[in-house]
Amino acid sequence: MELLSPVAPGWGGTLLVGLLHSIEIAVGATCLGLMIGTAGAFGKLYGGPVTRDLLAVYTTVVRAVPELVLILLLYYAGTDLINQVLTAMGYSRVDISGLAAGIFVLGFVQGAYSTEVIRGAILAIPQGQIEAARAYGMPPGLMLRRITLPAMLPFAIPGLANLWLIATKDTALLAVVGFFELTLATRQAAGVTKAYLLFYLAAGALYLALTLFSNLIIGRVEAWSRRGMPSVKEAR
Amino acid sequence: MSVADAAAIQSGKAQSGAAEAIHVENLHKKFGQLHVLKGVSLSARDGEVVAIIGGSGSGKSTLLRCINCLENPTSGIIRVNGEEIKLKADSHGHTVPADRRQIERIRSRLGMVFQNFNLWSHMTLIENVIEVPVHVLGVKRDEAIAQAEKLLARVGLADKRDVYPAFLSGGQQQRAAIARALAINPRVMLFDEPTSALDPELVGEVLKVIGDLAREGRTMVLVTHEMKFAREVATHVVYLYNGLVEEEGPPEQLFGAPKSERLKQFLRNVG
Repeated sequence: MELLSPVAPGWGGTLLVGLLHSIEIAVGATCLGLMIGTAGAFGKLYGGPVTRDLLAVYTTVVRAVPELVLILLLYYAGTDLINQVLTAMGYSRVDISGLAAGIFVLGFVQGAYSTEVIRGAILAIPQGQIEAARAYGMPPGLMLRRITLPAMLPFAIPGLANLWLIATKDTALLAVVGFFELTLATRQAAGVTKAYLLFYLAAGALYLALTLFSNLIIGRVEAWSRRGMPSVKEAR
Repeated sequence: MSVADAAAIQSGKAQSGAAEAIHVENLHKKFGQLHVLKGVSLSARDGEVVAIIGGSGSGKSTLLRCINCLENPTSGIIRVNGEEIKLKADSHGHTVPADRRQIERIRSRLGMVFQNFNLWSHMTLIENVIEVPVHVLGVKRDEAIAQAEKLLARVGLADKRDVYPAFLSGGQQQRAAIARALAINPRVMLFDEPTSALDPELVGEVLKVIGDLAREGRTMVLVTHEMKFAREVATHVVYLYNGLVEEEGPPEQLFGAPKSERLKQFLRNVG
């Protein structure tokens, strides 16, 4: 048990650093995914034919290819591409930080799924509420901020909560490109100490704790977003 | 004095010298192959209450919704307070407002009340009422709240200010929607069948609020199925049939002595 101690010679500290990195990536990727998803949903719903086609290609391809393949592709091919472009333009090559690359890669994947979740949620808004906003002269940006986004939130939260939980665990895939997150930290600790069962159980417990904590927050956010809706229980 | 004379005096009162708030000229609207409006003209001067009546599918809601371009007319002229709405053809050949800011500015002075209330479900009543004044018209928040409280009290909902729309009856929601329309201090109020979605026992409370507004000289264009109400509050009635104005005039004349066979038939059917 002293192997899990947060101070050396225990490996607990290593695991916690890994968890912190996992959370950083998941938060960053989810934020990026939400931005891409919101823009993508609006593009798909209200954009011109070219925008809609491009977005259809994006969501289809990203959702069709296994995430591990996408991560390897975007991570290695992506950094290579950036460096080739930089070299061609006469700049020196850069080392892209694992954190930035991880956030970008997972965010790109999350964006495709978020686009569909948010698009569905916008379609679920009673159209009369959007029409009322138009009828009172709201400019598009204001309508998005004040009406569309808050009104679609109760329909989007369950799907987005799923995506967040998936993001927390997808960070483990970044272990294959050598990013030091919880799974890689666990593998190191277990490899050095040979206490495989202990460390993988500990990592599982940390992922579980993160999920339970997330559920608590998501529950609150969902209750808040549904403040204007009658309880479903009463409608039974 | 005959009924017609009295009517002429009544409508003359509203019309004499008053500026034209709404002017619609030769309006056409097609939905694909369906020709809904076939050249309709309509005018509402300040202080007038214009009621649009007609059967289902006659185009009366479409006409009202064209006034603030919720439906884009296929062709025709629309003037609000003397300002003509600039229209253009988009890349698909549909007519759309040419100047987004102009149409937004015009819309923000037309208080629209919908058949299905369309209150914003994530906002309480007071938030619904202050939303447009604060965020579109730039009124200070505390001023808007004070004004909104007065308006909610006026429609009998002072105690519901912090309640969300879904927890209210249809009649209460519609009265709140009227308060929301009044909050922008509208030049013209547009009512699109405001009582059609209500249970019969809730219609009265909403008509009373609208009637009070009409009597205090609010300019209104009202699409309604309530003939008795239209006769009471309107200064001018327009009967639409199949996308055209079949007959129009003061309510006493239209309801008392209709000329058109179709209008006679319609009044027999609804009355």
